[in-house]
Amino acid sequence: MLTFLLRRLAVAILVAMTVLTLSFMLTRLSGDLAISIAGPNATQEDVALIRAAYGLDRPLVVQYLDWVGRAAVGDFGTSYFFRERVADLIAQRMPITLTLGLVGLGIALLVSIPLGILAAVREGSWVDRGVMLVALVGQAMPSFWLGLLLMILLGLQLGWLPISGTGSWEHYVMPGIVLAFSAIPALMRLTRSGMIEALSSDYIRTARAKGLSRLSILGKHALRNAAIPVVSIAAVQLGFMLGGSIVIETVFALHGVGYLAWESISKNDFPVVQAVVLVLALIYIGLTLLADLLNAALDPRLRAS
Amino acid sequence: MSLLEVRGLRVTFGGRTAAVRGASLSVEKGETHCLVGESGCGKSVTALAVMNLLARGARREAEALSFAGQDLRHLSDREMSRLRGDRMAMIFQEPMTSLNPAYTIGSQMTEVLRRHRGAPRARAAERAAELLARVGITAPGMRLGQYPHQLSGGLRQRVMIAMALMCDPELLVADEPTTALDVTVQAQILRLLAGLQRDLGLGILLITHDLGIVARVADRVSVMYAGEVVESAPTAQLFAAPRHPYTRGLLRCVPVPGKVRRDEPLGSIPGVVPRIPPGFRGCAFRDRCPHAAPACAEAVPRQEAGPGHEFLCTLPPDWALRERAA
Amino acid sequence: MSGAVLVPAGAAGGAPRWLRSLGLALGLLIVGLVAFAAVFGPSLVPHDPFAQDLGNRLAVPVWMEGGSWTHPLGTDQLGRDYLARLVYGARISMVIGLATVIASGLIGTTLGVLGGFFGGRVDDAVLFVITCRLSIPVVLVALAVVGLMGSSFTLVILVLGLLLWDRFAVVARSTTMQVRNLDYVAAAWCAGASRAAILWREVLPNIATHLAVVATLEMALAILLEAALSFLGLGVPPPLPSWGLMIAEAKDYMFFSPWVIMIPGIALFVLVFGINLLGDGLRDMLGTQDAR
Repeated sequence: MLTFLLRRLAVAILVAMTVLTLSFMLTRLSGDLAISIAGPNATQEDVALIRAAYGLDRPLVVQYLDWVGRAAVGDFGTSYFFRERVADLIAQRMPITLTLGLVGLGIALLVSIPLGILAAVREGSWVDRGVMLVALVGQAMPSFWLGLLLMILLGLQLGWLPISGTGSWEHYVMPGIVLAFSAIPALMRLTRSGMIEALSSDYIRTARAKGLSRLSILGKHALRNAAIPVVSIAAVQLGFMLGGSIVIETVFALHGVGYLAWESISKNDFPVVQAVVLVLALIYIGLTLLADLLNAALDPRLRAS
Repeated sequence: MSLLEVRGLRVTFGGRTAAVRGASLSVEKGETHCLVGESGCGKSVTALAVMNLLARGARREAEALSFAGQDLRHLSDREMSRLRGDRMAMIFQEPMTSLNPAYTIGSQMTEVLRRHRGAPRARAAERAAELLARVGITAPGMRLGQYPHQLSGGLRQRVMIAMALMCDPELLVADEPTTALDVTVQAQILRLLAGLQRDLGLGILLITHDLGIVARVADRVSVMYAGEVVESAPTAQLFAAPRHPYTRGLLRCVPVPGKVRRDEPLGSIPGVVPRIPPGFRGCAFRDRCPHAAPACAEAVPRQEAGPGHEFLCTLPPDWALRERAA
Repeated sequence: MSGAVLVPAGAAGGAPRWLRSLGLALGLLIVGLVAFAAVFGPSLVPHDPFAQDLGNRLAVPVWMEGGSWTHPLGTDQLGRDYLARLVYGARISMVIGLATVIASGLIGTTLGVLGGFFGGRVDDAVLFVITCRLSIPVVLVALAVVGLMGSSFTLVILVLGLLLWDRFAVVARSTTMQVRNLDYVAAAWCAGASRAAILWREVLPNIATHLAVVATLEMALAILLEAALSFLGLGVPPPLPSWGLMIAEAKDYMFFSPWVIMIPGIALFVLVFGINLLGDGLRDMLGTQDAR
């Protein structure tokens, strides 16, 4: 198990290095950055000035090594637009994105696990079909559109929740629901299939033969085994959700990292863009490692080996 | 009053296939009753039906189904679960998969006592260790903290047996408990069951397809064919004077040292257990039976061939003797 | 680290056969209708999707009070016929969906088949590439590329095609491994067939059905992502009527005239729902359990 985790860690570091390179290359795709920063009305001299000021006149390799060296110690440079250190900008915005992601994951788990269990217990019934239909609907729902619909319904017509901003916890409910929608189908299907497999297993027959209560059979014996893949996929889903929160943060004007990225993209603020890509990728890599650890912690067969 | 009384048990799946068609048997206190037959004849379904552990979609009916005088037919799921694991316990064929991989042996054993007797954790753990020792597991204290995957198949089956004994049950239903095990382990488990039965006065319903096991442990044998009990007798009586052609066929399939000569071919029964359509009449064995007669397509009488020896056939009780004399 | 992701999750549903084929039929119907609208719609609708009529802005659809059959779905904030824009948008969604699936399918299948077929070092490399791809936030990178290079129709296809191949690779890899170990493939080896012949004649036909299921899922995803990019203003450039862009442009009016976001949103939802139904039906029919 330890060697397995060490191997995973080594791969994770390699992946992180690759993403570091990719995020650098990403921002050089558009050709001459100085021209796009300077804007359409800039003179030749302005562009030259900017090129020198941002070190863009150096060879690409030097720029790359500079970026790698600084990124390794958490220095992502200075934003062109905000005139602030990129690391500070991200640190300020990250709590909002993390809150949103955790709220979204929480809602997703609260919905998908009970529904998945219900569908498995009543496999083949109309309840099951209804739950599977919910999964299909969730999968087909464009998140930004759902966000707008909720704004109209819950915000304007019913007046239950604030439409946008970050003032209170209530501001996170609607975006949380929308974000949860993207994770619910996968988590629900996984819970359902895991429970179906567990419920048809020999050890559940043993549990029934022992005269255990229905609650104990479902909640203790079946769920524990069905939960192992769900927990690790949930960690990975959180990574996907953080990456996808850019759309939802923009819709709800939540000034998190996603919103920051969107602003920076429209302003050609490439140091921020490449840093956000890198940070989100690193979080994802960290979460997949966490998923492996959780897996090992939950499954005694893995823990021992 | 018998400990377990089953009469006219019928089990159907989805209304189409009848897995058990009017099976009857009884288990007395402190008796080992073996239920034998080929695979697919409805032995396991009978056992599961007794415990009310049938899969969803299965339908159970019976003229009588009682345990220690208590009618099991109309018990609710909750009432039945109060009996299971407490007064009637069951062990299964697959020790490798019958224990929950996510919990320790100790946790899985103690929960039985905690559920049925409300025993405190420490008391339940004590009892579990005691029983592990009783089924011949060394260092029981350590085993309690282990997970199923750390144990061999034989050990796991011993754990299953110990777990079944947690509440001192009166009846143990054992569904092919040794089939998945090595031959040497098989013998140990059988000896263990026999010893437990003697010491604890346990009634055992042992399901097996292995006549060698039957000969060694059974007090009484019921032979099952296509969902019916076709013959039932005290063990010695059945082996000495089987009446049903199917029982005779089964016995001929087993080599007996000293009786079977070296080059003599072992017997076999041609064909397989048929699927019985609903509304089937007559003897289900008639297509494979060497003595089949037109009368076999009619209702088959249940006949007595001696004290406690019943069989289901159109042939007269003394047909075998007459055949030998002829 | 890819372990958690590479686990095929979620078995097919337990619905009875007629219900499953009902889903498949419904999916086919929806996709067929949208495809029909995409191909023939623009020539059947009398209006030009780009023609503005500022005197007739935000006309209501025919079923609402004051609506008329001249503009059955009303007009947008610039007075453009909504029905004309909607069917033109169907064309955009379908083309982007199909083109992305072709591009990503080629990339993913190549990688997956290579890894699954050759195993060893090659497979390690393929797994590494897949892992790297999964750790990249798709929406963000797509937005950044389009944002930095300027939005265009082909760029959107290219970016999505380069980003959405992961599931193709995962499924192609695992199914190729299974096929490679089948007895008759081993027999073909022994009979002296070349690698290329085995790949072409034995492996590809066998994994094709699995890939077809993935293709539907990826097409649905590509259409949703294109709509999201366009909604954020970094996808298909205006005045092309992408459904996502229509929603973005109508957003400012949605509190007073909710139908302006309802119509393109429902179209988008129904199309993606239909494609997913098709994929689920296909999977049940083929009995494949992976690809989700």
